[in-house]
Parts: sequence; structure tokens; C-alpha cells
Amino acid sequence: MEAVTETMVRLPALVPPPTDLPPRAAALRGEVRAFLAQERAAGAWTPRADVWLSGWDERFTRELGSRGWLGMTIPVEYGGHGASPLDRYVVTEELLAAGAPVAAHWVADRQIGPTLMRFGTEAQRQRFLPGIAKGEVYFGIGMSEPDAGSDLAAVRTRAVQVSGGWELTGTKVWTSGAHHAHAFFALARSAPRDEQNRHAGLSQFIVELDSPGVQIRPIPLLTGAHHFNEVVFDGVFVPDDMVLGEIGAGWRQVTSELAFERSGPERFLSTFPLLTALVGELLANGSTPHRELGGLVSRLWTLRRMSLAVAGSLESGEAPELAAAVVKDLGTRYENEVIDVARLLVATPPDPGAEGGYARLLADAVLHAPGFTLRGGTNEVLRGIVARGLGLR
Amino acid sequence: MNDPVNDSVNAELQELAESVFADARGAGTGFDAELWKTLDDTGLARLTLPGDAGGSEGTFSDAAVVLAAAGAHAARVPLVETDLLAGWLLHSAGIAVPAGPLTAVAGELEVAGTGVRGELRRVPWARAAAGVVVLTAGHVVLLGPERLTVTDGANLAEEPRDTAVVQGEVAPTAVAALPGGAAEEFRLRAAFGRAQLLAGAARGALAASVRYAGERVQFGRPIGRFQAVQQQLALAAAEVASASAAASAAAAAVTAGGFTAAASRFAVAAAKARTGEAAGAVARIAHQVHGAIGFTREHDLRLTTTRLWAWRDEDGSDAEWNAEIGAAALAAGPDGLWPMVTGSP
Ligand SMILES: Cc1cc2nc3c(=O)[nH]c(=O)nc-3n(C[C@H](O)[C@H](O)[C@H](O)COP(=O)(O)OP(=O)(O)OC[C@H]3O[C@@H](n4cnc5c(N)ncnc54)[C@H](O)[C@@H]3O)c2cc1C
Repeated sequence: MEAVTETMVRLPALVPPPTDLPPRAAALRGEVRAFLAQERAAGAWTPRADVWLSGWDERFTRELGSRGWLGMTIPVEYGGHGASPLDRYVVTEELLAAGAPVAAHWVADRQIGPTLMRFGTEAQRQRFLPGIAKGEVYFGIGMSEPDAGSDLAAVRTRAVQVSGGWELTGTKVWTSGAHHAHAFFALARSAPRDEQNRHAGLSQFIVELDSPGVQIRPIPLLTGAHHFNEVVFDGVFVPDDMVLGEIGAGWRQVTSELAFERSGPERFLSTFPLLTALVGELLANGSTPHRELGGLVSRLWTLRRMSLAVAGSLESGEAPELAAAVVKDLGTRYENEVIDVARLLVATPPDPGAEGGYARLLADAVLHAPGFTLRGGTNEVLRGIVARGLGLR
Repeated sequence: MNDPVNDSVNAELQELAESVFADARGAGTGFDAELWKTLDDTGLARLTLPGDAGGSEGTFSDAAVVLAAAGAHAARVPLVETDLLAGWLLHSAGIAVPAGPLTAVAGELEVAGTGVRGELRRVPWARAAAGVVVLTAGHVVLLGPERLTVTDGANLAEEPRDTAVVQGEVAPTAVAALPGGAAEEFRLRAAFGRAQLLAGAARGALAASVRYAGERVQFGRPIGRFQAVQQQLALAAAEVASASAAASAAAAAVTAGGFTAAASRFAVAAAKARTGEAAGAVARIAHQVHGAIGFTREHDLRLTTTRLWAWRDEDGSDAEWNAEIGAAALAAGPDGLWPMVTGSP
């Protein structure tokens, strides 16, 4: 019995303590809601599911920039607003819950800004951060390759040192938004592979996507929509001042970049607009499946509290890797569950041709669902991280 | 924001609670009088009660820490009943709080002056209590053991859930009018306490499973080395994390706004629902990982898993609490749903 007690004490904290939003958050939330109501009243866009992948709307993004709602955590001297990650949390969760088109700035705002603040040079910050905060500069993520998915360290894109910089040759895939974006961080092998230390010899480069030698080809999603791309480098020159961080430190940098990716509200709100429409549908039909609906609401509330706890702990300088993986595993499964419960409760079939409303939201949610549990590290890989945290591997 | 001062106070309390409950852990049945004495001596038995009711004036977040440890170690004491329910109800009705372990139940007693009669069902720990506090339609009544005829009953975890018959007179100081709002708060407090215990028991079952997976060897290696087992334990860990998050978020809400604030009512309902749902998933995986040995009386896994099964249906099942939340969500309508989830109208 004593032994079990020891294990209990040694089990890691699976979730950080609860985080309360600062009192000023209420006013900020009110402003964002008022703006969204105004946009909706003007018919500027229709609420959609999975907007952070598919809702590319540069006008909307610039509107957010002009209101100070992009690059919020970037310091003022770089055009940002020096706000806390919790302020950014409030803004992003409101936008996602409303199904607003946030894809254009999503990557730049979520991870490029913070990563440049962490690893970028002064010149790189000056060059990109003000445009990110204005909603005028868009970024992609150049990690995955045909033979490097979950096993990211297997990337083969080669970076060879040449006079004044590096030459990149290789292929990136699944690059969301590369056909619109200005640049991305490419993870490449800058030193030959060492089987004893697979994570060594990797580096990150800021590649401007209009550089000579960059070819971008669409990879249509199963719906036929164009979000994914293949990005081919054929001897693309990257000057020394566009190396991100340190040569050889790519793995450490990428891992810290992924920390921003894992536990935010986008990991459980991709289908929230469908849940909202479901409530409308139930009211219209006069049906009262309280238990099933309540289950979705209590689980959502819990996920949000967990995600906020991780955000609060990130803000105090901790890196709760295990908790972040748990939020993403549970949250992305929850996004699928909303679809399952909606189908259980309402007989309306999905209609991909509808302008908006329940049938269209259901169609988009069903067709996008496979991506929820793959992007940003598959759920199986996340559970591997949790198992390591538990001391099992 | 995370609060470093409160976090460290909580860490100390957690250590104290861990050691107190771990020392007492064992497979016995019935009331653990020795543990109760320690809880009394350390002030944990009446943690949230005010000083003038013999309490330690702790917060509900403190209570969450202590109850989670009690659940994890399958403590055999009426902690929720004494502190969160009976003590609070007596104190708010203006009845002196007696010493010793107490219990409380909402029931239909006929009360006429000081004359009381009726039958109370599934009273937690009635056979061990120094006083049974009854919340009736219009009164709070304190019954000493001498007024009760108790017939033993039990829940799935063999915890006492007794039938108590009462007929006779009580002292005038043992009856009071039911304070306004007390019935609703009683229900919320019971669910709150149960949710904390559930979160703890879930963690206890996970800890036992992780440990067992590291010890049990098959095919020449510990079963925890197999990815299939790792993935199952990671799923269990996610359920435990989510149960703990819900329970502690409810504790934070109640600490901030008491039980009557709308946000607290929602948080308690959601926490009991979520911990109740997690209970089944965690117990299932814990037993699967333990194989046949965990299915025996000899093995201690049952102490947490049977509690998970019992407690998820007590003080409102997940289905019942989710039904309340669902009704509120429909009443809020499409535009009110998100404000409801964020607690910001
Ligand atoms: C919508 C979407 C957007 C994306 N956007 C981008 C982007 O902008 N930039 C970018 O770089 N990448 C992007 N990706 C790629 C994404 O990061 C990869 O899909 C992901 O890392 C998984 O790699 P894979 O698809 O090659 O699958 P694989 O790694 O081949 O995995 C296939 C299956 O095997 C399982 N598996 C693999 N290894 C293990 C293991 N060790 N243990 C157990 N199971 C395992 C996986 O869980 C999965 O079920 C995007 C993906 C999607 C779906």
C-alpha cells in the first residue's frame, strides 16, 4: 500500500491550478463582441466551422490589426501592444466562438510573433513584427515533409552553407496557406544526420515565399478546397540574416514553437459554431434532449478551464508540456463529439452547398474533422508525450 | 492568474492531507475512528466551518485539496457530510454544532413542534454519526443517535448508506426553521464535495495503474512498455486531468462567489457531471491494465474503483446534472450559449 502512495506523490501534476482572467478582460471581451456583432449585422462574413484553417479574409484580419487585436503580446517598440497572453486568449476565443475568418493571421499571430521575440534578431523583429501586428504580414509553417510527419526529426530538406548564406533544397508538404503567405519558418537539415543524436544538425530559416527557386503547388483537401500546399525548394538562397536563432538549435526551437500550438482555444472550438447552430435547431424543433446537450456544454466548460490553466501557467514561465498535450487530445476529440451528438439529436442532413446555417456547418465540420486529430501532432503522438510524463517511457 | 502565495499554501495543505490519509489507508470496512481523531486534531475535520462552529475557516479550494486526498486514499470518514453539509446547515440554522462525526440528509420528516417522525433512506454513515442533521421541507432538525433506529445499508463501495427511523421528541434547541435558499445550497454542496472526492479517487486509480504497469512483467518486459498500454493510460490520465480541472475550477468559483452566484451553480453542476463521466472511463482502464488480480477482493484497486462507481451516481448523477445544464443552455439560446460557457454575459 505504501508503494502506491509513493506513486501518487510522484505522479506529475496533470493540470496546472485554475487561472482566473484578470478583471480588465471583461471590458476587452465586450469590445470584441461589439465589433463581431457589428460585422455580422453588416453581413461581412458567415460563421463557419474550422475557421482557423479555412477562413482566409485579409480585410477582416486588417480590421483586427487596426483595433490592436493582433500581435497583442508583442512589445510596443515592435508595433505590438505589450499585452499579456491572457488578453490574447480572450480575443482569440471570442473570434473562434463566433466562427469569424481568422486564418490569414492565425499562424503569424499565434506562433511567429512569440518565436521571433524569443529567437529572432533585432533586424528580423523590426522587419516582420510591425506587419504581423497590423494584420498585413502572413506566415505559414514549414515543418512537415513527405517522409517526415510525426517523425519530424526525419526532415530531409538540406541547407548547405554558401557565401553569405545558405542554400535550401527539398520539399515541404501540408503547408497551410502557403499560397497566400509571405514567408514561413523552414526546418531543414544543416548538418548530416547522426543516428546517435537525431535531433542534432537541424536549423530553422525564414524563407520568403516569393524567393527565386520556391515553387508552391496546391494539394486540394478531400473537399477540393485549396488550403494545403506543397512547397518545393530548388537551391533557394537564404541570406545569413534570415537564419532563425542558432544553426543546429532547430529542434529545440521547433519544440518551443509547438508549445504555443497545443493548448489554445482552437483545439476545442473548431466545431463550436455547429454547437451554437444545434441549439437553434433544437429550439426550432421543440426538442429537449437536455442530457446530451448538457454533456457537450459541461465538457466544453471543463476544456476551457484546462486550457486557461495551461495559458496561465505558460504566462508564469512554466512549460506544462503534459497538460498541453492532454488539452489537445481531449479537445480535438471533443470537436468530433459535437458532430456525433448533433447527428444524434437532429435529423437535418449536412448540405455543403448551403450558404450557412446548421446544414452547412455540419457539412464543413464532418468534412474537416479528420484534420482535427492530426494537425500539430497526432493524438497518438500526444499520448506518447503523456505516457512519457507518467514515467512509462 | 496563478497565484504563487495561494499555490504554496495549497502545496503545504496537500502534503499534510496526503500524509494523514496515506497513513490511514487500508482495506478495512466501516468508520475509521483513528483517522477521524487525527482529522479532528489537525483541524481538517471541520475545515471550512467558521471558528465559532469549531471550524478552521479554510476556503473551498482548501477543502478541494483535502477531499481529493481523501478520495485518492479511500478514506473511511464522513468528511463532506460533517464539514460541508451537517456543520454548515446547523450553523446557518442557528443550532449548536455537536462534536464528533456528523452526517446530513434531505428527507421527509413530519415535524410538529418538537415532535418528529419519519424514515430517512440512504443516510451516509448514519450508524457512525454523533448527529444526523435532516433538511426537511421547512425545518432543520438535529437528531442524536439515541433518537434513531438504524438499519445498515451500503453503496457499491461498501460505505454506509443506512436507513434511519425516527419517532419521538427532540430538544427545542435541536429544531429550527429552514433558512432561505438552504435546500438549494445543500444540493450544490453535496455535489461539490462528491466531485472533489471523485477527482481524488480517479487520481488514486490512475496512480495504482501506472505503478502496476511498471511492475507487471509479460513477454519479458513491464507491460507499461507496450504502446497499447501506454495509450490506454494516457487516455485515463486525460480523464483524470479533466476531472481535476473541473473540480478545482468549481472550487475556485465557489471560493470567489459562494454557492449562490450563478457562475458557481454552473461550475458545480459541470464539475459533478464531468467527474462522474470521467469515473467510469478511469475505472474501466484501471481494471483493464490490472488484469485479473485487480478483479479480486484481495487487491486494493477496488477501493478506488468501487468508489468511482458509487460516487458518480450519488448527489446527482452526471446525467442529472448534465440535464440541468442542457436545460439552461436551451433557455439561453444560440446567442446565450457562449456567454454561459465563459461566465461573461
Ligand atoms: C489540416 C492540417 C493542416 C496542417 N498544416 C501544416 C502546416 O501548415 N505545416 C506543416 O508543416 N504541417 C502541417 N500539417 C501536417 C501535420 O503536422 C502532420 O499531418 C502530422 O504531423 C502527422 O504527420 P503525417 O500526416 O505524416 O502522419 P504520420 O506521421 O504518417 O502518421 C500516420 C498515423 O500513424 C500514427 N503514428 C505515427 N507515428 C506513430 C508512433 N510513433 N506511435 C503511434 N502512432 C504513430 C499517427 O498517429 C497517425 O495516426 C497539417 C496537417 C493537417 C491535417
